[in-house]
Amino acid sequence: MEVDPLIWELSIFVLAIFVGYYVVWSVTPALHTPLMAITNAISSVIIVGALIAAGPEAASAAKVMGFAAMTLAAINIFGGFVVTQRMLQMFKKKQR
Amino acid sequence: MSPNLTALAYLAASVCFVLALRGLASPNSARRGNQFGIAGMAIAIGTTVVNPEIVSYGWILAALVLGGGIGTVIALRIHMTAMPQLVAAFHSLVGMAAVLVAAAAMTNPAAFGITGADGAIRMASAIEMALGVAIGAITFSGSVVAFAKLQGLVSGNPVVFPGQHLLNLVIGIGIVVATVLFAQSPDPTLFWGLTAAAFVIGLLLIIPIGGADMPVVISMLNSYSGWAAAGIGFTLGNSALIVTGALVGSSGAILSYIMVRAMNRSFVSVILGGFGGDATVTAARSDRPVKSGSAEDAAFLLENAGSVVIVPGYGLAVAQAQHVLAEMAEKLKAKGVRVRYAIHPVAGRMPGHMNVLLAEANVPYEDVLELEEINPDFANTDVAIVIGANDVTNPAARNDPTSPIFGMPVLDVDKANTVLFVKRSLSPGYAGIDNDLFYADGTMMLFADAKKMVQDIAKEL
Repeated sequence: MEVDPLIWELSIFVLAIFVGYYVVWSVTPALHTPLMAITNAISSVIIVGALIAAGPEAASAAKVMGFAAMTLAAINIFGGFVVTQRMLQMFKKKQR
Repeated sequence: MSPNLTALAYLAASVCFVLALRGLASPNSARRGNQFGIAGMAIAIGTTVVNPEIVSYGWILAALVLGGGIGTVIALRIHMTAMPQLVAAFHSLVGMAAVLVAAAAMTNPAAFGITGADGAIRMASAIEMALGVAIGAITFSGSVVAFAKLQGLVSGNPVVFPGQHLLNLVIGIGIVVATVLFAQSPDPTLFWGLTAAAFVIGLLLIIPIGGADMPVVISMLNSYSGWAAAGIGFTLGNSALIVTGALVGSSGAILSYIMVRAMNRSFVSVILGGFGGDATVTAARSDRPVKSGSAEDAAFLLENAGSVVIVPGYGLAVAQAQHVLAEMAEKLKAKGVRVRYAIHPVAGRMPGHMNVLLAEANVPYEDVLELEEINPDFANTDVAIVIGANDVTNPAARNDPTSPIFGMPVLDVDKANTVLFVKRSLSPGYAGIDNDLFYADGTMMLFADAKKMVQDIAKEL
């Protein structure tokens, strides 16, 4: 019997939680606000689901919802990365 | 693109996202981290767009331009003091996007490849969808309430009413039951009912939480937005989405833990709410005498000190005094005084907020130290100047087991030779307790608005 794809997905999920745990503890507390902004931006990778909904030719309720979801996720992606960049720019070494 | 190639591209995107977070380990590598994040996002979107099922690009382009434009303009204009609101608003968008994607999958399951041989939604997919939509809806309405509280659209006071916890429990059980029924027969009515109930409970969960607990709430909602994304990732069988959701979920959980610990609270007490409104609790104030001084006295003490530690609190940001403070510090440095900043984890309204505010005022980040780094140094500090902070310096957290803040990590400013407190009055902080440090021999109170006082001190230097 073949392993259900769900089990593979679950394996990836659990291991990724561990990766996240160790990586996030190594983030310097001074950058916790940029961390929240960037996690916000990357969690909007949910846009791939919106693309699937907005992609088919025929107009449908699903397509409209996909369009709305894409717009919201795009606000987040651009907004999140730009505001992170703005903040990190301030943490540049100051020349004295 | 073959399915294998697509899966490999999503793997590359996931690796980029891990490297993006990893980059934030130091300010030097952080900007490269952000670029990794952008690259990962570009790979994920590009891979999906070339998918053969996606044939119509007009709407996609329109959504990207519209959303991208709005997002960029907001991000460029937002004030750094308003970061907590912005992050809360962004969380709500992730939540809503998750709800919309799940709803689209509900109305057109075949496009998402979640149907079984009989054309109906598979049971595993139904459970994943129900989880994704429920967490997404809670994230959305919870973040909207958090945004409204932070932005001052509604009062920051906790909203409590009798039977609140019972009502939440009933709705919570309702959502679980609806999920189980939906898994057995994926009926759209159950799906919409479940979604509506989740919207309501998100609202009910956040309204009883007071303004002072918002750093915890924002971090928790950050975590929820990640779990919502992961739930949708399972529905779509998309590894990039699952990995990202897990990363973001654990990141938010860690930040919540850090905030809860720094505020000496427990998750349970924060979630149950009813604590920490904007209106300060009137504590039994003692009539003990205090020593108060002028800007001139403070300037004299500061410029004759060998080392000075500045303790900024949220009051500083409210008074918009971070720029004049940086000016004052530069003047002191020019006189040969060693100046450093001590940051308590809850100095701002969200994790790391004060660091950003100081960075914006051009304070070199090497001068900004965290609690664990600076505490051993207070004993060798001549003058500690506390501006707009109170509870986070209260020695009762170390010495008085009966104090409500006993055990909370505090900055040991009482160990410095002299302590200057810039404060409007002797009123207690958010915990509603008196601070013994106000009455200590080595303390001088500087009663004034933070910005005015710092300006006056800078003038005297």
